[in-house]
Amino acid sequence: MTNHWVDIKNADLVVVMGGNAAEAHPCGFKWVTEAKAHNNAKLIVVDPRFTRSAAVADYYAPIRSGSDIAFLGGLINYLLTHDKIQHEYVKKYTDASFLVSDAYRFDDGLFSGYDKDKRSYDKASWSYQKGPDGFVLVDETLQNPRCVFNLMKEHYSRYTVEMVNRITGTPSEQFLTVCGMVAETCVPDKAMTILYALGWTQHSTGSQMIRTMAMVQTLLGNIGLSGGGINALRGHSNIQGLTDLGLMSNLLPGYMTLAGEKEQDFQGYLDKRATKPLRPGQMSFWQNYPSFHVSLMKSWYGEAATKENNWCYEWLPKLDKPYDVLQVFELMHQGKMNGYFAQGFNPLASFPNKAKIGEALAKLKYLVVIDPLATETSEFWKNFGAFNNVEPAKIQTEVFRLPSTCFAEEDGSLVNSSRVLQWHYKGADAPGEARGDAEIIAGLFLKLREMYRKEGGAFPDPVLNLTWPYQIPESPAPEELAREFNGKALADVTDPKDATKVLAKAGEQLAGFAQLRADGSTACGCWIFSGAWTQAGNLMARRDNSDPSGLGNTPNWAFAWPANRRILYNRASCDSAGKPWDPRRKVISWSAREKKWQGMDVPDMRLDADPAENVGPFIMNPEGVARLFGIDKMAEGPFPEHYEPFETPLDTNPLHPAAVSNPAARVFKGDLAEFGTSKDFPYVGTTYRLTEHFHFWTKHVKLNAITQPEQFVEIDEELARAKGVSSGDLIKVSSKRGHIKAVAVVTKRLKVLEVNGRKIHTVGIPIHWGFKGVAKNGYLANTLTPFVGDANTQTPEFKSFLVTIDKV
Amino acid sequence: MRVTRRSFFKVCASGLGSSSVAMLGFPTLDVLAEVREFKLTRTSEARNTCPYCAVGCGIIMHSMGDKAKNAKSSIVHIEGDADHPVNRGTLCPKGASLLDFVHSESRLHYPEYRAPGSNAWTRISWDDAFTRIAKLVKADRDQNFIPRTADGLTVNRWLTTGFLAASASSNESGYLTHKMVRSLGMLAFDNQARV
Repeated sequence: MTNHWVDIKNADLVVVMGGNAAEAHPCGFKWVTEAKAHNNAKLIVVDPRFTRSAAVADYYAPIRSGSDIAFLGGLINYLLTHDKIQHEYVKKYTDASFLVSDAYRFDDGLFSGYDKDKRSYDKASWSYQKGPDGFVLVDETLQNPRCVFNLMKEHYSRYTVEMVNRITGTPSEQFLTVCGMVAETCVPDKAMTILYALGWTQHSTGSQMIRTMAMVQTLLGNIGLSGGGINALRGHSNIQGLTDLGLMSNLLPGYMTLAGEKEQDFQGYLDKRATKPLRPGQMSFWQNYPSFHVSLMKSWYGEAATKENNWCYEWLPKLDKPYDVLQVFELMHQGKMNGYFAQGFNPLASFPNKAKIGEALAKLKYLVVIDPLATETSEFWKNFGAFNNVEPAKIQTEVFRLPSTCFAEEDGSLVNSSRVLQWHYKGADAPGEARGDAEIIAGLFLKLREMYRKEGGAFPDPVLNLTWPYQIPESPAPEELAREFNGKALADVTDPKDATKVLAKAGEQLAGFAQLRADGSTACGCWIFSGAWTQAGNLMARRDNSDPSGLGNTPNWAFAWPANRRILYNRASCDSAGKPWDPRRKVISWSAREKKWQGMDVPDMRLDADPAENVGPFIMNPEGVARLFGIDKMAEGPFPEHYEPFETPLDTNPLHPAAVSNPAARVFKGDLAEFGTSKDFPYVGTTYRLTEHFHFWTKHVKLNAITQPEQFVEIDEELARAKGVSSGDLIKVSSKRGHIKAVAVVTKRLKVLEVNGRKIHTVGIPIHWGFKGVAKNGYLANTLTPFVGDANTQTPEFKSFLVTIDKV
Repeated sequence: MRVTRRSFFKVCASGLGSSSVAMLGFPTLDVLAEVREFKLTRTSEARNTCPYCAVGCGIIMHSMGDKAKNAKSSIVHIEGDADHPVNRGTLCPKGASLLDFVHSESRLHYPEYRAPGSNAWTRISWDDAFTRIAKLVKADRDQNFIPRTADGLTVNRWLTTGFLAASASSNESGYLTHKMVRSLGMLAFDNQARV
């Protein structure tokens, strides 16, 4: 989230789309309720289903699952056509005036540079025009046809009201009502916020769905404002933390990235990431990458990391391609993986095409499951009849199942969706011999290190030299680990403007990432978390819930990254003179007298940056402004374009039949063969979650199992009539990959949509059942889903695929 | 009225002993019905965060057990933390049922092992588990570690073992996990953020 939960109460308009906040984030949703009750706010919900969010909305519009870019592209077209944009904001804080390369083109659904065989783009033409000084050329009059503003206008002119209806199935009147309500927030003193979640991420064009709304919010001038922003509602209690810490194939902590294998030169690796400003005077904050990276390596490798060996750069593995979960399970399915660890994660249940996942796991030599609960994955080798029809005698995988503690049995911190790190305390010991996750990692690591010391083996250096400074090596304490990721001074850290001024003495905890250095004098496990545990102590455990501004900002409750900033890009809450767009919701402002930025939040700007310097608010971008034109940052294009889900109910793309689905998404050969067509599977299947359950955990929890004990699917009344199905009947739902059986719930919540001349039925499939737990056993819903993901993130397309149903 | 020995002792233990009626030794049914010991009287409170979604609701866990040596504490009640600025003491059906998660009959108690082709688990010790897993990990890494590609590029990666990390585990545990996994050269590494 760019903003935070309580800040939602300051919105004038809340849009819930690509998510279902009332059901998935019930206690956070109260702030939408507060906005309606006390701020006269309106709530719009756009969703394939009439969810409980829709039930409390001021306006609901249905949409075909997977067609959100068409809807939002149409919205952009509406805003531009009716001139409902925040003009000053767009002119000053976006790349609207930037000139784009003459080589950039878009024709018939493809951008310039497409390689059909590689299914990827050469993005050289997706670039700005630059002057001899290296800065981007601009036309502030916005007349040049090659400026971003005009190219964007041209691109979305194809998303007419009729086309939007054709692709989304949303009745035009409803689409236009939503457009009108959204357009009202283009004035400086109105703020709209968007709450989205997996309804956007879980599509093969998911990243671009999100980006289209980010463009809308930017055109409206809603980013950086209280009550505005892009509020990504994440799914797990610490999924934000694990993302921040970089536990993904290609990441390092703090959103740094591993090198590609061609990046043999360390300085080259740094230069590519330490982006220099593309416009005069911009902060381009990633310029500081070297200090973040060197400090990380000092944290991990201590004395072994020196300037001479490029801070152990060679010791980090380099990528030839991403090894995301779909890639890994594809390799596993081919017999190319030998071992796997599933720590607090249940891939047999959570990954698409359950049959493929089960076959893959059966080819492993060893599987280690670390979990507080007995999961399906840990027993993938056991026969559970129709729910898991396997022959144990044929599965040679050695499986270890290690009991871990749960949240209540440890101290530590979690990061919620709004970037707040909150500390928690242990309340009781774990059952039996269960151990904490850190202890389990330590136990394994120490054994490995001992073996490498005694026997040697493949490249032991990183293992032997990994810092392990914990008082009890077998049991690293949460406090020690938190202090490590905060960072400390290894030598005295001095003020760059005055070398006699010591900011942090050797051995002291650092106050924040501004104190990080690239010369090996600082260590820091995660630069964005720096400030969480300083010399003052554990800021994550702070419990001052006072809200001095009345805008719901509690700056002394716990600690937010970065630097305890609660609203990101808050410089954009002021005009170019530094005066708040909306004095009622003042976040920060420029004080001409004190010559600094100040306010109720930590300013997201160099404190002494006089507005006359024109330092843009989007400080992480080298341009300093928000990108409407995405240059080379996205896999499938610099402007979002509607592509159909890989299993499309339309058999075409109304915008361009020659390019139906995402041209840049990766599809493995075997999976292409497992895509169904509308002929055999005419209905749109979509998976989702219930309020009473959390994924596959709470079927182990008695109270939750009581409230929702049995697997069901939702179908609309017309489809039910056609198939002779009544509520309570057992039905079979099938996709090309397999079937499930569940109780049918016939509902008004789903309606038939008319899409491109076809009647489209949606089948709703809640995911929460499996063959382990205290609820009634059910089929793993991902038996049905397709093995293909977003072209940028590889997040699987769980939200739109094709199914058919039959009465059992 | 019937007063069993058990109910008599219960009444005395619950603090009703100070009531004059009970002191006479004749607790009536009415008196027994009136006062029940407040179940949180002797609990210890610990502040925690709900482990499910990313709202991060504050919770207060109440545990029993006098913290003497050998006394194992047990959580008996979990409620919302009224002081938390976001949830203000409220919990959704998942958070409100957390006690049943802590005490789920599906909780794992000891390390287990399933042999190739077997249809059953056998219990093993932690040391045994760490030793055997470390042997498998080292054997796979030693055999399949790639220091350089065919064209001589230094890559130092290991692709034949992967790791899925837990999005409900703490930052401290996640940080340590990342440190270890990357030191082995692993690239097949993700958490729930991927899906």
